[in-house]
Amino acid sequence: MQAISEQEREAQFQAKIDRGEIIEAKDWMPERYRKQLIRMMSQHAHSEVVGMLPEGNWITRAPSLRRKAVLLAKVQDEGGHGLYIYCGTETLGISREQMLDDLLSGKAKYSSIFNYPTLTWADIGAIGWLVDGAAIINQTALAKCSYGPYARAMVRICKEENFHHKQGYEILATLMRGTAEQKAMAQDAMNRWWWPSLMMFGPSDANSPNSDELMRWKVKRYSNDELRTRFVDRTVPQAENIGLKVPDADLKYNEQTRSYEFGEINWEEFFNVIKGNGICNKERLMARKKAHAEGAWVREAAEAYAKKKATKNAAA
Amino acid sequence: MSALKNLTAEYALRIGDTSLVLGQRLGEWCGHGPILEEDIALTNISLDLIGQARAFLTYAGELEGRGRTEDDLAFQRDERDFRNNLMVEQPNGDYAHTMLRQFFVSAFHYYFFSELCKSKDTTLAALAEKSLKEVTYHLRHSSEWIIRFGDGTPESNLRMLEAIDTLYRFTGDMFASNDIDNELLKAGIAVDMTVVYANWMKKVESVFAQATLTVPKDCFMITGGIKGIHSEHLGHLLSEMQVLPRSFPGVEW
Ligand SMILES: [Fe+2]
Ligand SMILES: [Fe+2]
Repeated sequence: MQAISEQEREAQFQAKIDRGEIIEAKDWMPERYRKQLIRMMSQHAHSEVVGMLPEGNWITRAPSLRRKAVLLAKVQDEGGHGLYIYCGTETLGISREQMLDDLLSGKAKYSSIFNYPTLTWADIGAIGWLVDGAAIINQTALAKCSYGPYARAMVRICKEENFHHKQGYEILATLMRGTAEQKAMAQDAMNRWWWPSLMMFGPSDANSPNSDELMRWKVKRYSNDELRTRFVDRTVPQAENIGLKVPDADLKYNEQTRSYEFGEINWEEFFNVIKGNGICNKERLMARKKAHAEGAWVREAAEAYAKKKATKNAAA
Repeated sequence: MSALKNLTAEYALRIGDTSLVLGQRLGEWCGHGPILEEDIALTNISLDLIGQARAFLTYAGELEGRGRTEDDLAFQRDERDFRNNLMVEQPNGDYAHTMLRQFFVSAFHYYFFSELCKSKDTTLAALAEKSLKEVTYHLRHSSEWIIRFGDGTPESNLRMLEAIDTLYRFTGDMFASNDIDNELLKAGIAVDMTVVYANWMKKVESVFAQATLTVPKDCFMITGGIKGIHSEHLGHLLSEMQVLPRSFPGVEW
């Protein structure tokens, strides 16, 4: 067998991607492809898990038993998504412990949206509708990405996200049918969550450093701005449908493009929250660190017991 | 007949309140569990318990005949009207406390619902059968942790001993009964708590033995749940749980 050069290998890899073939864990891949996927997938998994905190904040205060049950089921789903994506990321040769360490040390990121606080019950509706809604747009695109384990995880997860999206919308629709106070609560949530939801698609295309490479590898299939516009087009009519105002004076429908034009995102706020200056950045990370530290003895006990049992079984 | 209906309503209320309060407690763990798998397990168990609460409270409201829904019963009653046992309202504490409380209650639930499946009240029997499937998993899950902690590290063993010291004194309240039980037992509707207790004790002894733990002897049992005499913890749990429906009376959510 003749050794082929790294360059040839990369060319073959690119050709494979160009033919629309799916890359599997055992296949050769450029180190940079592996690194980028680890970054994206672990960040995605961390987002699912950290996202349990703002929603968990309202489990004990859900206003009806049915809402409590639905929220519990949703948060349980998100934990399951986290677990599933961690497993998918492990196929790239990184352990869950390492990923967790990277999260707790601040090296790995999670979606900035979860650094905003959930202040009222309407926020739970807004998260389901807007945040899960934005996640669906992102994840539907990722379901066609070139890395098989990630793509398959997205297909499975999207089904549940659709349910979350519907439930969140239903919470807001119910509030908008209610009293003046309830309507105000819903509109206030809309005002606070709209722009951060648009930010979930990442920096504008002109400012997105990783995009070209990821597009070439078909990890990304659409640009940030394309996906953001898709979200706005889908969401604005839903807002109008229940009487919610979109907090954007520049929003207008363009008959020609059959698409919405919207105002400039506050990128200063976006980069500030990423840098750690959101209201809840510190709390979220502290909550994760505390859970991890306080769970140390639990994990040690489980390990010690498993070892004892293995020794006993071997002796028997 | 109508008297029996009222007694059965009170009986269903006890069952519903116990599941509700424990489900509420477990909800506090969300996102703070020791490992992700446990976070998922706890929300799963909480979800089962809230489901049970909804079913038993709905039935209690129907029997009562005053038009109260599951939500009226959950959110519009004060602590003196809650009929849950004292065990489930105890704070989460560390994971040893949470799992020991879960184990005590799940073992109770398992044998209680096993008996209630035979109730002459067909609704209670059907609800018990559904609940039994759920608590079977809760019992297995919590038993495994009790054994791991008891027979794990010196620290986990010590934490179990502390949890036993805090919680064992409330186990008696799970089996507390009064005239309501006696009347309903005669009618073939309620379960015989002495049977449930005997089975429960056998299970606790067996799991504790595997966990290298000892069941306390001659422990004074604190009771009061079925009379609405609770620990101070319940009021705080309810004030958090009930805040929205109390702040905005009469609205839909
Ligand atoms: Fe998710
Ligand atoms: Fe979701």
